[in-house]
Amino acid sequence: MTERSWHDMGGLPAGEMDFSQHDFALWEKRVDALMTLATSRGMFTVDGLRRVLEDMGPEAFETLTYYERWIESVTRNLVEAGAFTPAELAEKLAQVKARGATYGEASLGASDG
Amino acid sequence: MAERVRVKDWRPRGFHLRTPWYLRGKTGVIERRLGEFGNPEQLAYGLPAEKKPLLRVRFTMREIWGDAAERPDDTLDAEIYAHWLEPVADAETTDAP
Amino acid sequence: MPHDHHDHDHGHGHGHAHHSHEGMSPSGHPYRADQDAPLTDAQALEIAVRELLVEKGIVTEAQIAEAIARMDARSPAMGAKVVARAWTDPAYKARLLADGSAAARELGADIDALKLVVVENDAATHNVIVCTLCSCYPRTLLGLPPDWYKQRAYRSRVVIEPRRVLSEFGLDLPDEVAVRVHDSTADMRYLVLPARPQGTEGWSEERLAALVDRDSMIGVAVPRLPAGDEAAAAG
Repeated sequence: MTERSWHDMGGLPAGEMDFSQHDFALWEKRVDALMTLATSRGMFTVDGLRRVLEDMGPEAFETLTYYERWIESVTRNLVEAGAFTPAELAEKLAQVKARGATYGEASLGASDG
Repeated sequence: MAERVRVKDWRPRGFHLRTPWYLRGKTGVIERRLGEFGNPEQLAYGLPAEKKPLLRVRFTMREIWGDAAERPDDTLDAEIYAHWLEPVADAETTDAP
Repeated sequence: MPHDHHDHDHGHGHGHAHHSHEGMSPSGHPYRADQDAPLTDAQALEIAVRELLVEKGIVTEAQIAEAIARMDARSPAMGAKVVARAWTDPAYKARLLADGSAAARELGADIDALKLVVVENDAATHNVIVCTLCSCYPRTLLGLPPDWYKQRAYRSRVVIEPRRVLSEFGLDLPDEVAVRVHDSTADMRYLVLPARPQGTEGWSEERLAALVDRDSMIGVAVPRLPAGDEAAAAG
């Protein structure tokens, strides 16, 4: 019972600073907004978001982008909060993917601004 | 005189908590008291959270890193919940700022 | 390092004309051109979760759009306004250091439930902010954090070798200045109140605010006069 969690990284060796920067895509901003709205409605907390991110492990941190990790965590927290069931999610995901091969095509026209 | 506290050296594995590993077992002084906040160790699991006192604690780099400190007299402040702190008697020799 | 590469190497350039209907962000920049890249699992999940929450009446598309607009409206300019006021109004500075959130709201900052602690740089002390456990940041005051703030190099190293990390930002602190690192481990968020540069006596708040950038409020930089002004101040 003495293992250090991967996310608790203060003081560990690491490389030089990388100053590359990017703007967020619309889908990433929507993930951020979903988190803000769900927590403001008391469905879960920022600690719930962090707990799932931590449980996803270091491989997710190294291979997925920030909001790719967030949408995983938001989804799991929403299922835990009873917002929807895994089966409802699976059915919706199948519908989304059937609409098209790109984000634009898979988005409903009404929600795509 | 500044009040000395030591961060508990507990090492539970795999749970969500907000006490950094590098400060476990380290002694510092209370910089300020912040009031009470919901315990993140319960909030993370969707549980009703008890309110816990939260404190800002100041450590010297010497205390945290020992000989590896870049500059021993530089300091680091962190927020630590009271249930992760224990009092340190004045007689104990520690390296608090 | 491999993490936090936000581009997917899909090889598409920005600004394809036939996607212009997607529109511009409120800041006037185009959103990244994801519309013609293959749908990723994360994007599909975002669409699915959003639609489920809308269908169940938990959120509306309008509320999502409004939340995005509020976040897009936040930028370091609000923090710079707070800093400039503190530089010119000693009573405001005292209130800011005593209760950062209340003082930020005084100036109209839309900061939600932010609990802000302001830490002051002076001739003897330099403060720098980090979150080693995740990437806590005063986002409702400054906008979203820079990518480097969320990455391993900064989070791991700035608590053990802050001076070396600051030098990688181009900030070499004199030996007589003490470094004070703040790890945002819990409910507070932090803002550095930089020292007002010499040679700015009599400047307006607007002119002062223009000297204050994001990095100087995180503590990885300090405000400096533009070269021309510096020469004038020295003369």
